[in-house]
Formats: sequence, structure tokens, C-alpha cells
Amino acid sequence: MPTPFIQTLILTAKLAVYTTSILLIIGLPLSYFMAYSRFRFKPVLEALVSMPLVLPPSVIGYYILVAYSPNFWFGRLLSQWFDVHLAFTFEGILLASVVFSLPFMVQPLTNGLRAVPVSLREASYTLGKSKTTTFFRVLLPGIKPSLITAIALTFAHCIGEFGIILMVGGNMPGETRVASIAIYDEVQALNFDMANQYAFTLFIISFVILTLIYTIHRRSDSWKMI
Amino acid sequence: MENDIIYIDVQKELVSAYGRMQLKIQTSIPVGELVVLFGESGAGKTTILRMIAGLTSPDKGIIKVGNSVWYSSNDRINMPPQQRNIGFVFQDYALFPNMAVFKNVAYGQKYKDKTFIDELLHNFGLTEFANRKPEKLSGGQKQRVALARALARKPQFLLLDEPLSALDAGIRTALQNEILKAHSIYKATTMLVSHDLAEVFRLAQKVMLIDNGKAKGFGRPDDVFINNQISGKVQIAGTIVKIQKQDTFYLLTVVTGMNQIIKVTAYENDIADLTEGDKVMVFSKAFNPLVMKIGN
Repeated sequence: MPTPFIQTLILTAKLAVYTTSILLIIGLPLSYFMAYSRFRFKPVLEALVSMPLVLPPSVIGYYILVAYSPNFWFGRLLSQWFDVHLAFTFEGILLASVVFSLPFMVQPLTNGLRAVPVSLREASYTLGKSKTTTFFRVLLPGIKPSLITAIALTFAHCIGEFGIILMVGGNMPGETRVASIAIYDEVQALNFDMANQYAFTLFIISFVILTLIYTIHRRSDSWKMI
Repeated sequence: MENDIIYIDVQKELVSAYGRMQLKIQTSIPVGELVVLFGESGAGKTTILRMIAGLTSPDKGIIKVGNSVWYSSNDRINMPPQQRNIGFVFQDYALFPNMAVFKNVAYGQKYKDKTFIDELLHNFGLTEFANRKPEKLSGGQKQRVALARALARKPQFLLLDEPLSALDAGIRTALQNEILKAHSIYKATTMLVSHDLAEVFRLAQKVMLIDNGKAKGFGRPDDVFINNQISGKVQIAGTIVKIQKQDTFYLLTVVTGMNQIIKVTAYENDIADLTEGDKVMVFSKAFNPLVMKIGN
């Protein structure tokens, strides 16, 4: 049986890894669409994706909690058809975290894709390659720095997320009690040593991730046309 | 011989810095020909090339290559670029930075044929660079890779959009030879955009003069340009940098746009309204200019 400290860290890492993986799968096609589509209502979509950057986490957390409730169609649907209750569960905070971290994945990817010269895509098309092949063989290798930034930022942001998880997940050890919540909890209980242990760990992890991002960007300063 | 004709009859409204312009081109090109589209920038040359490639859609018209219809507004056909059997060389080369030269050239092949790629690399003098990334190549080498890559699919139609405009004069001439060589070996019908008259005379079997979205002439370069704005006599534009008085005449030193220095004699009444810094035209009327080889 791991100590509560280790248990909390494992849960935090699990949340971050799952969120980042799910967002990578959603984020790639969504960023492609945001970068190249001429869809008329694209600004609306862009605004929606970026909302978590400007809204307080408690606002989004509140609406997600409402959506999970059996009084709302989404929560009712899940509870009646699948017997799934998301409020105060790991799955619940996972979904909330996916929603909340979306801009951290999508924005770097979209900017990266927009910076790839149009002629590279067109050259690939004139060489008989489909949009999918072009995406995986030309675009994705071309935006490697953006891709790493997107993954690292999403991961780091997930680890540091507090408000929305407190709203949606509460503070249940082994289920929804992630490191940032544990800090708050330990301070409330005046366990400053324990709080410091969590805080220092988070500090180091975030510092390492950001250093990694800036190292990568120094080596490949944005997109060079050749 | 309907099979051997590329027929183009398209129009499109372009919005440029100078306002709206109606691009309207109708022409047919025999298969195997090397055609140069010549004209001022903004005349619509690149758009014509892009419409043939399927990268830009015309407003209406038809593009037919042999019996296959690539575009027809009446029949609502607009074949995507992937299905048109073309090779396109971009002005900025558009080489894939993540692939070495060999991978770039082989990228477009449907069935891997290493022998053909090796042959292309050999023909363009690229064999020793096969494993090099594009960023480690010079401009001329990049353009050779772009040319080899466009030919790797054995295209029916090779389209080159100002392929040499970013290169300096010496390399430009060498690459013009490469284009001629590629055309004679691989026999693809070739259409090249240029705004360099010397290039037209070196490369074109046929030239199409494009002005303001319309074809103003189509034929052999000699036929198109003689009796046009270019006449047979020698005309060189330049700037006077020095006026020296000799015994009974003046000696003018003129520097041309190509940084050539020309000395011209002039009499008192000729230079009355000339001062240093004036732009002048140096021309010869009575004498036939002579030609001497200075290199290749």
C-alpha cells in the first residue's frame, strides 16, 4: 500500500497523462481544422476553445458540475443509459481537465500549422499525396517544436490545475485528490511539512518541463523556410 | 491528333494590388512542347499555372489534356491536383525540410523505383547530396532537387513557376541548361513562368505573352517579339555618371542596369540638357552590333 503522498502523486500523473493523450487525439484534427478551414463561424469555435484561458476555473467547474448532475440531460443520459455518474469521480475530473486544457494543446498546434509555408502542402498534393498523407509525412514532422510545446504545456497545466478539480471532483483520496488539492488540504490542517513536500515536487516538475520547452525552442527557432 | 493536344480555355477574376482583373486565356499546346509564359508580375502567369495544376480553381472554362478532362465548369468536373499527372516546381522550391534529398525526390513516386531516382539524381548532379537535408544545400542545388522531385512521377505536364528568379546569373544559366536537358530526356510537356527575356529566348519553343490577364501573342519567340515592343536594334538604358570635355566633343560615361560601363561621345548640342545622374538610353541606329563570345 503506497503512502498517501505517493498515491496522490500517482493520481496526479495519471490524470495528466490521460488528459494529454486524449487531447492529442482530439487536438490534432481540431488544430488542422482551425489552421486551414475557411468555415464562416470559425471565430466562434476559436473563442470557445480559448474560453478556459480567460474564465475563472470555478465558472467552468460550476457548469461542468451542473452538466454532470442527473437533473441535466447530459448527466441524466449518462446515468440512465450507462449507469455512469461523473461528479466526484476520476472520470469526472478527467473529462473536466480535457475541456479545461484544450487551448493549451490546440493553440500551439494551430500556430505551428499556420506557420508551415503553403507551398509545402501544395507540393505534396501535386506529388499525388492525399491530405492525410501530407499531414503525417510533411506537416507533423514540420511542426515538431509546436507539438512538443503543446504536449508539455498541456501536461504541465494538468498537473497544476486546482479550481476546476476542486469544483468537480472534491477531495477524495485515491479518486480525485490530486497534488494541488492536497496542498490546500494540508495547509488547512496546518501540516506545513506535508504541504511543502507537495508544493516543492510540483515546483520542480513544472520547472523541468518549462526548461525543456525553452531548450527545444532555442534549438529550432520557429519555422525556417528553406 | 486530338490525343496530343493540351487545351486550355479558362477565365477567372483576380483581385490584385491594382484592382480587379479578368484573366482570360484560351490556347492549345501540342504535347511535348516547352512553352514559356512571359509578362510583367501581376499579369496572371502564375495563376494560369496554378489553374492547370488544380491548386486554384478557374471561375469557368475547360482544361483538357488529351482525352482526359481536368476541369470543366459545364460538367462540374474539377480534378484534384493529386489526380492530375503533373510535376510542379515552386518559386520557393518547397522542399520538405524533414527529408533528405533522396527522400524528397522519391516522395511522389507511386511505386518505389530506386533505379529511376538514382538516375534522376545522377542527371542533375545530385548523387553526392542524396543523404543531405535541404537546409544544407545552395539555392541552385535546391532548385535541382525540386526539378528532380517534380520529374520523379514521370509527369505528363511539368509546370515551373519562376523557378530561377531567386538565383544569380551564373547559376541561372546552368539551370536553364538543366531544364532543357530534362525536357529533352523526359519529354514532359513543360510550361514555365518567366519575366526574364533572355530566359525566354534560351528556353522557349513557344512563348505566350501575357499582359493584364490576356494572351497578347503566342508563337516562336522570334515571331512574338519582333515587331513588338522589342526591336532589333541595340538599346541600353543607363545613368550618366560622368561628363568629360575633350577637345571638340564630350565623353559621357554611362553605367547600365547590369553594372556595365559604356563610354559614349557627344557634341555640344547633344549634352545641352544632360547632367550627371540623368537616366539615358544608349542606342545604335546605323551600325550592326557585333558579337564576341566571352564565356558560357
